[in-house]
Amino acid sequence: MTQSTATGQTVSTPKSRQSALANARYKKESALKSNIGLTVYLILLILPIYWLVNMSFKTNQEILGALTFFPADFTLANYKQILTDPSWYNGYINSMTYVAMNMTISLLVALPAAYAFSRYKFVGDKHLFFWLLTNKMAPPAVFALPFFQLYSSIGLFDTHIAVALAHCLFNVALAVWILEGFMSGVPIEIDETAYIDGYKFWNFFIKIYIPLIRSGIGVTAFFLFMFSWIELLLARTLTATNAQPIQAIMTRTAGASGIDWGLLAAAGVLTILPGILVIYFVRNHVAKGFALGRT
Amino acid sequence: MAQITLNSLAHSYSANPQGPEDYAIREMQHVWEQGGAYALLGPSGCGKSTLLNIISGLLQPSNGEILFDDIRVNDLKPEQRNIAQVFQFPVVYDTMTVFDNLAFPLRNIGVPEHKVKSKVYEVAEVLELTEQLKRKAKGLSADQKQKVSMGRGLVRDDVSAILFDEPLTVIDPQLKWKLRRKLKQIHKQFNTTMVYVTHDQLEASTFADKIALMYEGQIVQFGTPRELFESPRHTFVGYFIGSPGMNFIRPELTSRGLEFEGQLMPVNEEMIEKIRKLGTSNIKLGIRPEFVHVWTEANDDAFEVTIGDIEDLGTYRIMSFMFGSIPMKARLHEDQKVPVKNARVSFPEQWLKVYVDEYLLELTHE
Amino acid sequence: MNKIESNKGWLFVLPVFIVVAFSAVIPLMTVVNYSVQDVFDANTRFFTGTEWYRDMLNNPQLQGALIRQFIFSFTILAIEVPLGILVALMMPKKGWQASLALVLVSLPLLIPLNVVGTIWQVFTRTDIGLMGWGIRELGYAYNISRNSGDAWATIILMDVWHWTPLIALLCYSGLRAIPEAYYQAARIDQASRWAVFRFIQLPKLINVLVIGVLIRFMDSFMIYAEPFVLTGGGPGSSTTFLSQALTAMAIGQFDLGPAAAFSIIYFLIILAVSFVFYTTIMHMQKDKTTSKSGE
Repeated sequence: MTQSTATGQTVSTPKSRQSALANARYKKESALKSNIGLTVYLILLILPIYWLVNMSFKTNQEILGALTFFPADFTLANYKQILTDPSWYNGYINSMTYVAMNMTISLLVALPAAYAFSRYKFVGDKHLFFWLLTNKMAPPAVFALPFFQLYSSIGLFDTHIAVALAHCLFNVALAVWILEGFMSGVPIEIDETAYIDGYKFWNFFIKIYIPLIRSGIGVTAFFLFMFSWIELLLARTLTATNAQPIQAIMTRTAGASGIDWGLLAAAGVLTILPGILVIYFVRNHVAKGFALGRT
Repeated sequence: MAQITLNSLAHSYSANPQGPEDYAIREMQHVWEQGGAYALLGPSGCGKSTLLNIISGLLQPSNGEILFDDIRVNDLKPEQRNIAQVFQFPVVYDTMTVFDNLAFPLRNIGVPEHKVKSKVYEVAEVLELTEQLKRKAKGLSADQKQKVSMGRGLVRDDVSAILFDEPLTVIDPQLKWKLRRKLKQIHKQFNTTMVYVTHDQLEASTFADKIALMYEGQIVQFGTPRELFESPRHTFVGYFIGSPGMNFIRPELTSRGLEFEGQLMPVNEEMIEKIRKLGTSNIKLGIRPEFVHVWTEANDDAFEVTIGDIEDLGTYRIMSFMFGSIPMKARLHEDQKVPVKNARVSFPEQWLKVYVDEYLLELTHE
Repeated sequence: MNKIESNKGWLFVLPVFIVVAFSAVIPLMTVVNYSVQDVFDANTRFFTGTEWYRDMLNNPQLQGALIRQFIFSFTILAIEVPLGILVALMMPKKGWQASLALVLVSLPLLIPLNVVGTIWQVFTRTDIGLMGWGIRELGYAYNISRNSGDAWATIILMDVWHWTPLIALLCYSGLRAIPEAYYQAARIDQASRWAVFRFIQLPKLINVLVIGVLIRFMDSFMIYAEPFVLTGGGPGSSTTFLSQALTAMAIGQFDLGPAAAFSIIYFLIILAVSFVFYTTIMHMQKDKTTSKSGE
């Protein structure tokens, strides 16, 4: 420093250089802090899942023996057992069937309804909207038994459609709510222009309107999948054998000789995979769409 | 307050620029003097906003340096450069009141509260925001919001410079005029360096003492509005400034001098000599419509031309005519007699500008 | 948005109305019906009026579960909301890092509830679980089936692990919606990092946060499968929440009358709390539209 003060004009330059360096360091530090923070969070997030995956490739002897971070005796036997036994893999097919049914029904009925809520004022609209939302608030535990009786009495017990309809209870409400947010963001002038251009309503709705709220539909589908796929209580209560979801079948791993940990872990891992697929499909909508049209 | 020097500055948005067309800012040398009111004028996409963001530090230039009073600030962040910038679209802090919005930049640098108050009231007074001070910024109209944005730029009186990035885009014409006057007044009052980006020549010339005209990432001319009008340094300046822009023809260099479609142009010998030495074929002659002389009777220096439309614009008229195969325009006073069908026009030598490779050719001695 | 006043809206809402009425109204009527009767068998029943309700409100089991439920819901909200915001702030804005972070963060959301329970059961076991074993190795006698403090901490950790990503994704999306000019203006104004958060980011996050808090409150109030698998509600009844208390009563003891009354009370509590949130949202949206029309 003393050297540079001697040369008059340069005095300011090293100073600014120094603060610039400090600045760059500060900037790097804060970015680094963020990166470290996020990395730690993600590691903690992945660790329990990793442990499950790790276990699914082990034999029960190894699991119950000493703790190992990698399968020493790598085996696919657990997966093989699940994927070759229909009473196991049908569980996945059942789950995916009623989830797909539920998503289709929910979207089909929610799209026009959300459109009505975003565009029209009609008698009782606010009350109806709130009533729909109350169904998202209804605890499945409250409805489990009445659903059981209802579907038994009309002969739908142990069918996929029974679970799909039961999940509509909360999913339809959610779909209407999310889609309404997106649709309100589309200017009403678009509708008017389309009518002036001579579009018939359904033509306009399907060809122009739906593509406009693509992100919204993607995000809605994500939430519908999520809440239907992870639900256990209703799905278990409304099925016995024909439509039994994988979540219920998993309890079979507890036998007389204790729990078959390896098999349980493999079954668990296989329930995570469809979710990864869904995330992959909607990842580009997440940044835009997850604010649910409400920013 | 500071003098801002751009030293061999250039910027490219691509990581690996191949040629000059990859540069948003081509290498330039420029000085904004302390206390000046400047306009940075140019069509959209010419790089003026890029240049502004480089000065404020929101953008790091790929080459060259920026000096504030001889201090290199390249590596300083915008918050360390002590500079104010007003953006094209209003940015207000929704949850704060107008008062808190205006006080925000002052409070951030720890100005004592009583000073904050007097300064905010002073700026609010100038911008006519006093009545809105207690309101939440969220509920303001777009032009009020923009006034708040501008106010935040004006409250700090120690800033190196205030940069405006087309700040009046969202304001309606009447208020626009008023605000421009206000800015000018503020400039006189505080003597802060101001750089004002716009694509509107009228806005530039009413605000600025000196205009920097940008074209394709370069400042092609820096001068007073009058200089830009009377002697455009580049064909683009001629074309962009003035309404309508400069007339251009492409003459040929022959043994007689500069000829256009067989007619000899009034360019003096010395200039002709200079052009011959340069040995280029890209020669243009330009003359502003205001300086085209229209004769009603026969004249030796005048050329015969065919008249097209006459556009009456109130205090003046624009006459279109064909000079040979080239359409040109001339500006006539409202009381000037308009010739019918055929007219004679002449180009006074002092206003007929010679452009070689698009740049103005001048005789160096006076 | 100027809505059209037209009862045509009902036409669009009709499908939703039918689907939801079928899966909500009929079962709900059944519940109400049970709640005022004493059912001995299919043919013998007595009208009991509000007796079950009074019984239930004085039932110490229900009261205990209700208090635990409130403590649980507010604890997880108090952790998940700030943590979710923090994670959202740390997530990269673009590039492959952003996609990777998004996929990893969303992962826990799409795992079936009982599999989440299983993952944590496995993870926290002191013999075969990484976390349980790790804590024991550190010298703490961790035991979720004996120590109710350990059980609580683990259930809360599990819920934070499972649902913080939802808040994070909502906030991430909300943050992406802030125009770059706001950050630039803040830098010019020499705003501190805290001021940027407080005056730019947080105001834009309020809308998505209300949605996030609402969904999280409702879902956490209905939590069933995860603690059921992890702790079975124990030790004792220390981690028995409302849903589990209800199903134990309805299915386990087959006390339909009291269980139905319990259900109604349960539902009404969620409804009441959610209503407060809902009116808040509506209020804020009204604010938003007035400021829009002002522009």
